[in-house]
Amino acid sequence: MSASAEAPAAPAAASRKRSVVRSLLRLWPYVRPVRGRVFTAAGVAIVAASMGLVMPLVLKWIVDGPVTDGDTAGVWLGGLVLLVVGVTEAALFGLRRWLVARPLTRVEADMRSALYRHVQRLPVSFHDRWPTGQLLSRGTGDLQLLRMFLAFGLTFLIVNSATILIGFGVLLAQDWLLGLILIGPVVPLIFVCWIFEQRFSVVARRAQDQMGDLTTVVEESILGIRIIKGFGRHRSQARAFDALTRRLMDTELHKARLLAAIWLVILSLPELFLGIALVVGVGEVADGALTAGTLVAFMTTAMTLRWPVESIGFLLALCNEAATATDRFFEVMDVEVPAEPGTATAAAEAGATTGDGLRFENVVFRYPDAAPDSTPVLNGVDLHIRPGETLALVGGTGSGKTTLIALVPRLYEVTEGRVTLDGVDIAGLSRDEVRRRVAVAFEEPTLFSASVRENVLMGSPGSGREDLDRALAVSQAEGFVGALPAGSETEVGEQGLSLSGGQRQRLALARAVIGQPAFLVLDDPLSALDVHTEARVEAALREVLATTTALVVAHRPSTVQLADRVALLSGGRIVAVGTHTELLHGNAEYRHLMTGEHTEEHNAYSEVAAR
Amino acid sequence: MTTTVDTQDDTQHEKRDARPAVETDPLAQDTLPSPRGASRRLLGSLLHPYRKRVALAAVLLLTQQAAVQAVPLLVAYAIDSGVPAVRDDDNGPLIAVAVAYLVCALSAGVLQATFIRISARINQNVLLELRLRIYRHAQALSLDFHDRYTSGRLISRSTSDVQSLRELLNEGLQEMLNILVSVVYIGALLLYLDLGLGTAALLSFLPVLLLVRSFRRRSAERFLRRSTAIAAVIVKFSETLNGIRPVKAFRREQANDESFETLNRAHERVNGDTILEMARFVVLSRLIAAVAVAGIVLWGAQRVASGDLELGALAAGALYIRRLYDPLDRFAMILNNYQSAVASLEKVAGLLSQRPDVPEPEEPTELPARAAGRPGREVVFDDVRFAYRTGGEVLPSFRLTLPAGQTTALVGATGAGKSTLAKLLARFYDPTEGRVLLDGTDLRQLAMPELRRGVVMVTQEAFLFSGTVAENIAIGKPDATRDEIERAAKAIGAHDFISSLPEGYDTDVRKRGGRISAGQRQLVAFARVVLADPSVVILDEATSSLDIPGEKAVQEAMVTVLQGRTALVIAHRLSTVEIADRVLVMDAGRVVEDGPPAELIAGDGRFSALHRAWRDSLA
Repeated sequence: MSASAEAPAAPAAASRKRSVVRSLLRLWPYVRPVRGRVFTAAGVAIVAASMGLVMPLVLKWIVDGPVTDGDTAGVWLGGLVLLVVGVTEAALFGLRRWLVARPLTRVEADMRSALYRHVQRLPVSFHDRWPTGQLLSRGTGDLQLLRMFLAFGLTFLIVNSATILIGFGVLLAQDWLLGLILIGPVVPLIFVCWIFEQRFSVVARRAQDQMGDLTTVVEESILGIRIIKGFGRHRSQARAFDALTRRLMDTELHKARLLAAIWLVILSLPELFLGIALVVGVGEVADGALTAGTLVAFMTTAMTLRWPVESIGFLLALCNEAATATDRFFEVMDVEVPAEPGTATAAAEAGATTGDGLRFENVVFRYPDAAPDSTPVLNGVDLHIRPGETLALVGGTGSGKTTLIALVPRLYEVTEGRVTLDGVDIAGLSRDEVRRRVAVAFEEPTLFSASVRENVLMGSPGSGREDLDRALAVSQAEGFVGALPAGSETEVGEQGLSLSGGQRQRLALARAVIGQPAFLVLDDPLSALDVHTEARVEAALREVLATTTALVVAHRPSTVQLADRVALLSGGRIVAVGTHTELLHGNAEYRHLMTGEHTEEHNAYSEVAAR
Repeated sequence: MTTTVDTQDDTQHEKRDARPAVETDPLAQDTLPSPRGASRRLLGSLLHPYRKRVALAAVLLLTQQAAVQAVPLLVAYAIDSGVPAVRDDDNGPLIAVAVAYLVCALSAGVLQATFIRISARINQNVLLELRLRIYRHAQALSLDFHDRYTSGRLISRSTSDVQSLRELLNEGLQEMLNILVSVVYIGALLLYLDLGLGTAALLSFLPVLLLVRSFRRRSAERFLRRSTAIAAVIVKFSETLNGIRPVKAFRREQANDESFETLNRAHERVNGDTILEMARFVVLSRLIAAVAVAGIVLWGAQRVASGDLELGALAAGALYIRRLYDPLDRFAMILNNYQSAVASLEKVAGLLSQRPDVPEPEEPTELPARAAGRPGREVVFDDVRFAYRTGGEVLPSFRLTLPAGQTTALVGATGAGKSTLAKLLARFYDPTEGRVLLDGTDLRQLAMPELRRGVVMVTQEAFLFSGTVAENIAIGKPDATRDEIERAAKAIGAHDFISSLPEGYDTDVRKRGGRISAGQRQLVAFARVVLADPSVVILDEATSSLDIPGEKAVQEAMVTVLQGRTALVIAHRLSTVEIADRVLVMDAGRVVEDGPPAELIAGDGRFSALHRAWRDSLA
């Protein structure tokens, strides 16, 4: 499974293929602030390239004039001009680079920031569809390519085209016959190079995909090392790896064959015409139709023009790639951030609330990318959690518990029906406001690369030391946090110390309770804790829950004990609400979920994790 | 240069218990010691099998450059000898030039094409070999090593580090050789054309060399800073995406914007620095070139004027001198490639110099045939003592016998030594002292395949490989038929849920709809064991719990798995302990309680206390 193979095919296919130029023009808003520098740099580059073309002319003048005449002063003058031209050329090249270096890294950074801001604000359903790698490669590789294109590709496409035109003008002016001979191979050469680049990029992309596949196997063989070793399966894994590396090697060799062919053309074709020009030129010099100096200048100019001609194909291909990178970038930027309610409802935010608790009214939810006629995950949920009450949500695997609670902080939007907080429809509140009122602890606890303190304070940025200690005490995390090398200042997460599942879960719980939120949503918050710790956390959590309206997903009786009432979610609806004891006696499915006793009707476990 | 990003949304990182990073542990800091010159030796050993081809490639390159560099010489000859000859109606020299030009043009192209194909084959073989070496080595290294080195580092060794060598081999090395060869040729040709001009041109290269040296030093440092900066940006980016739910739920967007902006701008700055560093090099090298060209042409022109030098020689000299400086820009870039490739090779060499802790036996013995009707095999820990190499004794000397067919549960706090004991039995480590015997045979005397047929270890935090469900089960026995796979799944009670997946056994576990719950993953892991049918099985129970029906299903499956085998179970749940014949309570590397579960529960030891707490939680 390569990253590119996983590219969300639908959005990519839907956007109609733009022309290269139209795609690249979309970069304008980002380039606009630095346009002065960029255009100046291009102008400077053209002048610098012209300097390169002046050189042979000066050389010619020295050879035909002062040298032939034995004019020492003239030779000195010529040398001086040559020096000035050379130094100017060097200085201009430096100036060009200096002009664009900072502005274009800024463009790259601006685009990256814009992308980051944008994806952070796209809904969770967007992130469900887009793998991290896809977004990340847009934020790194594609933007680096675009900077290279702006700094180098675009400039040199202009500069080299100009150089070729000016250069051939100079050649034709000196001797039209020799000039025509040299122009002969240019058009076919550019064409061949362009065709080559197209074919090469196809193979190169294939190589990249195969590299991706290989990377996946490498990652899996390292992440799954315990299984591979446990079953002694080195050899079969190694065979798969071997096959993939060899496939990659074949593709790379294919690339090499294409390269070899193009170099054959690039090296031989112009040289052949140059040879013809030399022979003709020598004849002309012998006839006196041409001076020796002109022939020298001619050959020098022709050689100076070689790179610009060869590069056009490559530069056009770079344009193509840059256009693709631009499309990929805007593919994400064009996704709209969902609108926030207007100012009319903002009054509701400020307004006093009625203290109605948390209410689900006929909530229907279907994932945004699911077929409109498919069975919804939630199909008419009615549920009321009274102010200050703790309600446990119980249901089989795949019954939609996690989906239901994700609706409360508006991570997903209801398809139909409404969710209210203290009587206010959350759809009428800004997402920020909803999330200010609701704190969540997720089943899979995520810690960010920051200190323990920062991770917990995320739940309530204004809180102080005492709040932190209190929250850590509730989740029974103070003990292990204190034992960390730098206490609560210890860096954790991807970049820091890795903690066990139970430890992470306790920090995530502390994060949820630290701000003393009005509404608390917990998704099986104690699943990774051992029996002793769980009992202690439950005791401390009970005090927090006493004053909070809370919805807790529970898998085990011990967690259900935290709640005042229990609701059973089944088939997309709440089928029963009551106390643990009531449901245990009155509901077969609930009994099965809580005790594991099999009944004929309910074998929820073997149901597929729907979705 | 693009940065390869290897993020996968659904790969799971097995989080291990927090252990304070040992300051002196080189593994923890990604500075594996590699002996001096190790990277060069590594490259040498990779190239060794292809030395004949390398020699051939070198000859091709030398000839090709000769053909390319002969061109200005031909121009000089045409002007100096061809023109006067034609005037004398002698076309011989001109025809000779034309033929020579034709030969040079064609052979330059053909030789280049041949060189590319030959060198690509060498490069690809070298990369293939390197990838395989890293891969096999990583698989052979002990779990102790994997625990400390972390998967992320190992992955970047086998991907981005190989990649930077690939870039050098594919693009840089050939260019670099080209440049070096052309400089040597041009120098020689200039000397041949005119001793004075040649010497002057070569002397002008001295300041260039100094410039290259200073550029190397300065840019190495800047490149390092840049790669650190972009790494920080990438980490922040991917962390935000991977944690998008908490990011949104805790309204981190604003704060994230700010911290990302800081990192992004820091990268912008150092990125600009490296580009400007390059600009500085280009400007200075071109300045030197400009001065040298002007000076040499001036001097040459005066000598032509005074009749001391042929005009053609001056023309050729001027052409050559410009060529001499042309590749300097590219040289700077390649130098950077070269440096990063050397750094990568050093890291790889460091990894490859790690020796596996559990060597294969030189003269392997086979296990005695299993007595008919007897379940499992007998395991004996014979005066085993174990200490990690980083210090600290984990298991002080102990003796333990696990009779054939017995199920033993290991109980104890984190760090009590449960998993060390299990890993010794799986021979992920060898004991520091003493022996682990399987039916009387020392594990160290068994060839790995033989050992793995006999002893299988399963961690229940089951990692699924990409591929179908059937393929994942077949890891237990690669040549298993579909029938065998289904029978194993049925035995474990996983057949129903697998059949109800969109494509049954052929459902890709990484595709949508193929999402498999934690409990179901455990069942798949068990099916593997049933298929592998080992005589000894070691189970490391998952710490995070499932819902009750899931747990029941797993418990039931576990009974099937353990049946007829000698089993060692690292138990985190007391319900698991109840199916054991015997319980070992461990503390600080020692067995402190040992007996049948019922007996221990009835007693007043630690296990009894633990059991009461558990009972209470079920209330």
